[in-house]
Amino acid sequence: MPMTNHGSRITQGQFSFLPDLTDEQIGAQVAYALKNGWAVSVEYTDDPHPRNTYWEMFGMPSFDLKDPAGMLQTIAECRKVFPRHYIRVMAFDSTRGWETPRMSFLVNRPAVEPGFRLERQEVDGRQIRYTIHSYATDKPEGERYP
Amino acid sequence: MGSTTDEARDAGDRYKAGVIPYKQMGYWDPDYEPKVTDVVALFRITPQAGVDADEASAAVAGESSTATWTVVWTDRLTAADVYRAKAYRVDPVPNTGPGTPTEQQYFAYIAYDMDLFEPGSIANLTASIIGNVFGFKAIKALRLEDMRMPVAYLKTFPGPATGIVVERERLDKFGRPLLGATTKPKLGLSGRNYGRVVYEALKGGLDFVKDDENINSQPFMHWRDRFLYCMEAVNRASAATGEVKGHYLNVTAGTMEGMYERADFARSLGSVIVMIDLVVGYTAIQSMSNWARRNDMILHLHRAGNSTYSRQKSHGMNFRVICKWMRMAGVDHIHAGTVVGKLEGDPLMIRGFYDTLRETHTPVRLENGLFFEQDWASLNKVMPVASGGIHAGQMHQLLHYLGEDVVLQFGGGTIGHPMGIQAGATANRVALEAMIQARNEGRDYLREGPEILERAARWCAPLKAALDTWRDVSFNYESTDTADYVPTATPSV
Repeated sequence: MPMTNHGSRITQGQFSFLPDLTDEQIGAQVAYALKNGWAVSVEYTDDPHPRNTYWEMFGMPSFDLKDPAGMLQTIAECRKVFPRHYIRVMAFDSTRGWETPRMSFLVNRPAVEPGFRLERQEVDGRQIRYTIHSYATDKPEGERYP
Repeated sequence: MGSTTDEARDAGDRYKAGVIPYKQMGYWDPDYEPKVTDVVALFRITPQAGVDADEASAAVAGESSTATWTVVWTDRLTAADVYRAKAYRVDPVPNTGPGTPTEQQYFAYIAYDMDLFEPGSIANLTASIIGNVFGFKAIKALRLEDMRMPVAYLKTFPGPATGIVVERERLDKFGRPLLGATTKPKLGLSGRNYGRVVYEALKGGLDFVKDDENINSQPFMHWRDRFLYCMEAVNRASAATGEVKGHYLNVTAGTMEGMYERADFARSLGSVIVMIDLVVGYTAIQSMSNWARRNDMILHLHRAGNSTYSRQKSHGMNFRVICKWMRMAGVDHIHAGTVVGKLEGDPLMIRGFYDTLRETHTPVRLENGLFFEQDWASLNKVMPVASGGIHAGQMHQLLHYLGEDVVLQFGGGTIGHPMGIQAGATANRVALEAMIQARNEGRDYLREGPEILERAARWCAPLKAALDTWRDVSFNYESTDTADYVPTATPSV
């Protein structure tokens, strides 16, 4: 069963509420990052928990990239190897006062996204301890999305 | 320069019992050059009839530092020259005085030695700068317009507990404004019904929902009930979307002990953010900032009460000074105006507030009301919050005026949506993402904004309904707090 929210999919990243970006649109976003002097990188995962910070890096951030076409090629390679994983593009700003990601958006996702179970542990008083559990991660890595 | 004997005789005259003008007491020194370690304040002064501008400025310097109304010999037991604030420059305010509808006003620049102030205490700083002096009879009206904080003094404040950079990293949200809403009606909902609004708005696409400033613990909803139901809503919405979500739990209470109790409970429930109101006072704000630092919590500040003293141009203080003090006091969020919404806010002035909160260094920019260069000495950046009468149809204007590091709060613009709260939230999120996409693609999004929104509305029914409902709503009133250095007032559109 797919998720029940808008779009029936996880909505991490800058553009999850828009129709999937075309390669041309992705190129335009990468160009924006490069224009700002940010290093662009591609990361992938099959564990989309909202607090899974460290997705796998598909190579190093492209610190010296000038042309978005190079990044589109990297994305294409990543999609080829991990067609059913979540893939995101990130842009890192090394400017003093930022030194942090400035962009993050998804460019690939599984065909069906089963989403998350909310586990409740009733504890003291009326308090509840909440745990968000991804249905997909019940299976081992690499076998999570059909 | 006289001989030693002359100086001794001069000092004797100076300290003869009685009343002499402040100017002659050492509070006026047009040759003084502020030291890099001085705190400098700019006041707008309307002197009483018959009081000249220099004397009025000296009086403000005196009354906000060491002076009393008469000469006291005990000054001679201290290095009094150092501790006296010095008015060193007085300029007539443009467009005031004869031939204008406004009485003559002056901008007085006053320098204070840093050692007049206790390190790390906003309360102590303000007890001098906005203390007795505002009731001083020789001044008809007085307004604190801006302050320059020396780096050495700033370093005695820990600053925002989290800041924009770390807030974004914790929330895993980059490259777009955050979206919020205030639960409405602001008063009267039970905890259970209140949490419903939170859940719907977060699931629909908002990042945050917020308690209003006056929701604390009233007969219709005890604070613990609200916290429990809101956290159920936050966690449900997070599971439904795969995103980190939050609700600003307002921990404002009658006592510090009460606030700590509420904040601790919010932490134990797993909230990422708590909220306080400006009316709790500067010391309580600094204490809550320390608490937030200890507990990895984002601290949201609602500026409840500020308009009682910041809105009128002749008396009180400018909100940009509150912004400076709050960055020093260490809040992570502060409401700082919308430009296009229902509350007071001239675009040029709001630019000054936002720059004060978000930049690492601000140059002098008189048109934005920034009278001093300010180095922020690595204090974290504060996330401004734009709240009050804004809707999806203004997204291009909001992005243009307020930039990307801001929380856009659509309360009525989410909850009042004709298709329901989730749809209202979705409309806002779609409008936002479409506008960010267009901006990054290099489009002239301010001009093309309405067209960008219409295009997205073709595939997003909630956005279409939002635009149809609110397209023509705007609040075009003239602002009262406007720049002194532009020829005409700027309409807030």
